[in-house]
Amino acid sequence: MRFERREHRPLYLLVLTPLIAIVAALAIAGLLIAIAGAPVLEAYWKILTGAFGSKLSATETLTRATPLILTGLAAAVAFRARLWNIGAEGQFYVGAIAVAAVGSQLLANVPGAIGIPLLMIVGAVAGMILMLIPLWLRLRFAVDEVVTSLLMNFIALLFVSMLIDGVLKDPTAFGWPQSQPVPDQDTLPKLIARSRLHIGLAIAIVLAAIVHFIQSRTTFGMQSRAAGLNPQGAVFAGVPLAKTLIKVACLSGGLAGLAGAIEVLGVKGYVTTDLSPGYGYSGIVVAMLANLNPLGVVLAAIFTAIMFVGADGMSRSMGIPTYIADVTVALSLITMLVALFFGQYRIRR
Amino acid sequence: MSVLFEILASAGLWAAVLRIATPLIFGTLGALLCERSGVLNLGIEGIMTFGAMIGWLAVYNGADLWTGIVVAALSGAVFGLLHSVLTVTLGLSQHVSGLGVTLFASSFSYYIFRLVVPVAGTPPTIEPFQPIAIPGLSDLPFIGPALFTQTTPTYLAIVLALIMAYIVFRTPVGLAIRMTGENPHAAEAQGVNPMFVRYGAVIVGSALMAVGGAFLTLSAFNSFFPTMVQGRGWICIALVVFASWRPGRALFGALLFAFFDAFQLRLQTVVEGVPYQIFLMTPYILSIAALAVMARRARVPQALMQPYRRGER
Repeated sequence: MRFERREHRPLYLLVLTPLIAIVAALAIAGLLIAIAGAPVLEAYWKILTGAFGSKLSATETLTRATPLILTGLAAAVAFRARLWNIGAEGQFYVGAIAVAAVGSQLLANVPGAIGIPLLMIVGAVAGMILMLIPLWLRLRFAVDEVVTSLLMNFIALLFVSMLIDGVLKDPTAFGWPQSQPVPDQDTLPKLIARSRLHIGLAIAIVLAAIVHFIQSRTTFGMQSRAAGLNPQGAVFAGVPLAKTLIKVACLSGGLAGLAGAIEVLGVKGYVTTDLSPGYGYSGIVVAMLANLNPLGVVLAAIFTAIMFVGADGMSRSMGIPTYIADVTVALSLITMLVALFFGQYRIRR
Repeated sequence: MSVLFEILASAGLWAAVLRIATPLIFGTLGALLCERSGVLNLGIEGIMTFGAMIGWLAVYNGADLWTGIVVAALSGAVFGLLHSVLTVTLGLSQHVSGLGVTLFASSFSYYIFRLVVPVAGTPPTIEPFQPIAIPGLSDLPFIGPALFTQTTPTYLAIVLALIMAYIVFRTPVGLAIRMTGENPHAAEAQGVNPMFVRYGAVIVGSALMAVGGAFLTLSAFNSFFPTMVQGRGWICIALVVFASWRPGRALFGALLFAFFDAFQLRLQTVVEGVPYQIFLMTPYILSIAALAVMARRARVPQALMQPYRRGER
């Protein structure tokens, strides 16, 4: 048995691949639900209704999808250039804590119209700086950025923990380690009244469109793809490799930092060490499910959010651990890789 | 200064060094074996988590401790098989496949654990491995309690590093693994099947990773809790680079690393005014520093991360 590269990649395969991957992941996860002794179809029905059954749950799902779109974009732009930024989780947290620090200490008397955009920039810049460290180590010392960006996640989380247990600790939080809140006027406006859904969703979708434009229509987008496909060839063709990678790192780290900023400004108002249930890591899956396409990221993020929000409700009523959502999402990364492969190759005997 | 000396002169510190090093030795040797054959295995973090969970669960359900270790090793082998299918047969990106294995293995272990053990105030415990005093040696003053009263898996880890060094550099199997990692085409020309070698190395390496994880729940602690692996897998990946892909140096690197970790743990209790998080950061910062110093000097297996397809260059 051997694999042969397909000469044409039919368009329908491109659309079908993520769907096949998701169905396969759901089937395997269904097996795990069945082993746990619960009716599978009912469980899936409960996940779906838990995520979209009411106005409240639908807005909750979209609220959850917002940071996933941004961390998914962060992974997608980096992976496109073969820059393995696995540090979105850490960048999310430093973005969040930078917003809490600047917001609570400096912006108490600044109107929201200035404060909100300023804080978003602050969060993005914090994420950028954190991503530039692994990139610098790669360019200067030839260190694989996968491991360093992963290790940075642990350092970033401890750093956040130190601040919210120390200088930024909220004295009114009954001793709980949480940061002082950002000023009220910096809370993001709601998209839908009496829900948690805020304009961060709109910002994330607009950014997905902008990233799509950058990647498909600008010189930088082309250079970053070239840097990923064939670094030597790219250098030969006159692409400034280091400069391109620095820009990619800034874009990627900035998006992840912005995710943290928007989560603070839109949902919580302050930072705790459980602000993110692994948004940074899930972003990797989101990016792969979207086949690194920025517009696909939006849909993949919504799928992931459905699993997480829906599993919460299903878990309560059926006694299946909520971790089934994480399992399904992780499985869909693996099945997507396999599905992508068979989109490119066919089996020859 | 006298405080530092006091810490260094306590047998407890050196006993802790060996204890902290044990999971790192297993994990680093496992990762090293995979990488020597040309496959980066970022599944390590999840495989260690799964090994910790399943080994503990087996013992919790009445199996003896060694059965727990074997069950963990088998589970690691299964995840190694999965990673091999993805990266060796299909030739997919080793980075992304490995992360996929880690995400799957860790969430799957939390799922199983929650399913079997309902939420409780204090996590259920097992009776872990007890320290074994080596007759004669353990009676030596200072050195005895420091080095020769460990649990059996710790002794096993050190012996394993030596065995691994022997296998990699002195046996035909080791030669085949190294050839496959340097140049699979040349290896095939010599009658070695690179696919077979990579499968074998990744499966055995992943089993070792899982045993490293199981040490956490069966010897270092006596219960399982989510996120207990705490990046040890990633640290092992860094240690492989630090060790320049040599088992002997991997043992040294793990011990050195464990020394700093044990030292900072004790320093935390005597130094006042410094947030404890600063101390907890040091292992990760040290790993990054070690990578920066060693990355250019280390001799990387030349075919690392390159998929092998017969007849394709």
